[in-house]
Amino acid sequence: MPELKYLIFLGCVIPYRVSSYEISTRKVLAKLGVELVDMPEFNCCGFPLDPINHDTMLTLAARNLCLAEQKNLNIMTLCNGCFGILNHVNKELKEDKKIKEKVNAYLKEIGMEFKGTTKVKHLAHVLAQDVGFEKIKENIQKPLNSLRVAQHSGCHIVRPVKYVSVDDPENPTILKKLIEVTGAKCLNYIDEMECCGAPIIGVNAEIPLQLAREKLGHIRAVGAQALITVCPFCHMIYDLNQPRIERTFNEKFGIPVLHYTQLLGLAMGFNPDELAFKQLRVNASKILTN
Amino acid sequence: MPEKKETQGKKTEKEVMLKMSDIDPNFKYEISKLPGAENVLLCFQCGTCSADCPIARFSDFYRPRKLIRMTQLGLKDKLLSNDSIWLCSTCFTCIDHCPQDVGIADIVRALRNLTVKEGKMPAVHKELASNILKTGYAYVIPELRLKKREKENLPSLPKANLEKLAKLFDVTGLSKMLEKVGS
Repeated sequence: MPELKYLIFLGCVIPYRVSSYEISTRKVLAKLGVELVDMPEFNCCGFPLDPINHDTMLTLAARNLCLAEQKNLNIMTLCNGCFGILNHVNKELKEDKKIKEKVNAYLKEIGMEFKGTTKVKHLAHVLAQDVGFEKIKENIQKPLNSLRVAQHSGCHIVRPVKYVSVDDPENPTILKKLIEVTGAKCLNYIDEMECCGAPIIGVNAEIPLQLAREKLGHIRAVGAQALITVCPFCHMIYDLNQPRIERTFNEKFGIPVLHYTQLLGLAMGFNPDELAFKQLRVNASKILTN
Repeated sequence: MPEKKETQGKKTEKEVMLKMSDIDPNFKYEISKLPGAENVLLCFQCGTCSADCPIARFSDFYRPRKLIRMTQLGLKDKLLSNDSIWLCSTCFTCIDHCPQDVGIADIVRALRNLTVKEGKMPAVHKELASNILKTGYAYVIPELRLKKREKENLPSLPKANLEKLAKLFDVTGLSKMLEKVGS
């Protein structure tokens, strides 16, 4: 079994708006015996800079990878966007000598060098592959047998397949299995892989809201009591923006959106306050009485 | 059919006509040298990307296939002044589904990068970049939020090394680009 110790990469969205995800993750992982080491220094993964200047994105991502290499640890991200960028850059620099040389020339200016000795994992991958379903099962104290939920894996932990080959991008199963291990039933719905649209919300808010409205409608249609996410960016669209979606389209949803670690935490016996349920925008108390 | 004849009338023809001066024949080669865009010439316009694009479903004008065709034709100026290049949400469905292995989302990113080089970018992208330069984080995290972390028993947030960050913005050319766009 691999050593369960990771450098936790929080990213920007979580400390800015979605600390419920961090709180519940730290609680759950500590109980599962996963040790988290905080980044000694931080800069954004580089995702928001890729549209502006690809080289700056590569270099900022590589700098975070170098910090992990210096600590001799693998990185664990909670955000799909951070995972997508850090994993892509890590693999690209390991495979492509020319790009590695270019990025290392930039990094030399601050006395750093990318060597290629770390791995990047997303929380969902750590839980499914490193902690393992057996160990999670052993820690379930209050199985959520009466709960019926839907999942939204998001894009960057499954695509593009060239860099991410952990799950099937057309029909990802990792999050579904992680949900079912809590005892909850994971329902199938139309267009489960539909993107949340978050990356363009600053340029055009209308399209992400339309996408989210459609997804919430599909979830409601199959009778899901909650939506489960593993990305703070996706979560912001469905939870924080749900009242805005309801106002815009004059349509009531009231569908609670939980971080997977909140769902798992409930099943592991933590109480909702410990898992920061109060920080959710859409009130989740109706699923807690089950 | 008489109706068809009407749509072939002079006015419609004029709308789709391109001037030779609009075309930059080297543009497709320029793009194909950029990372991820190597296969731009292989696109045969099957339309899989537009059909599978979540954004295209809710937009009247964002069509990835069209952006690739315009790139092949060399309509550089029209592309770099086209707001729709900023609508890709990078879900990468197009890349995974393309039968010709064209890096569609990467080509859109290359078009964005070129637009920025010419001194234009949406305000939100400029703001995120300047936040990163000033704080290391893409969003300016309020003092209140930082204090709340203590109450929530969360460790203090790792800090950025702003000096080194500024150096990386400089050497990768981003500082100059941001200056060109203006603050």
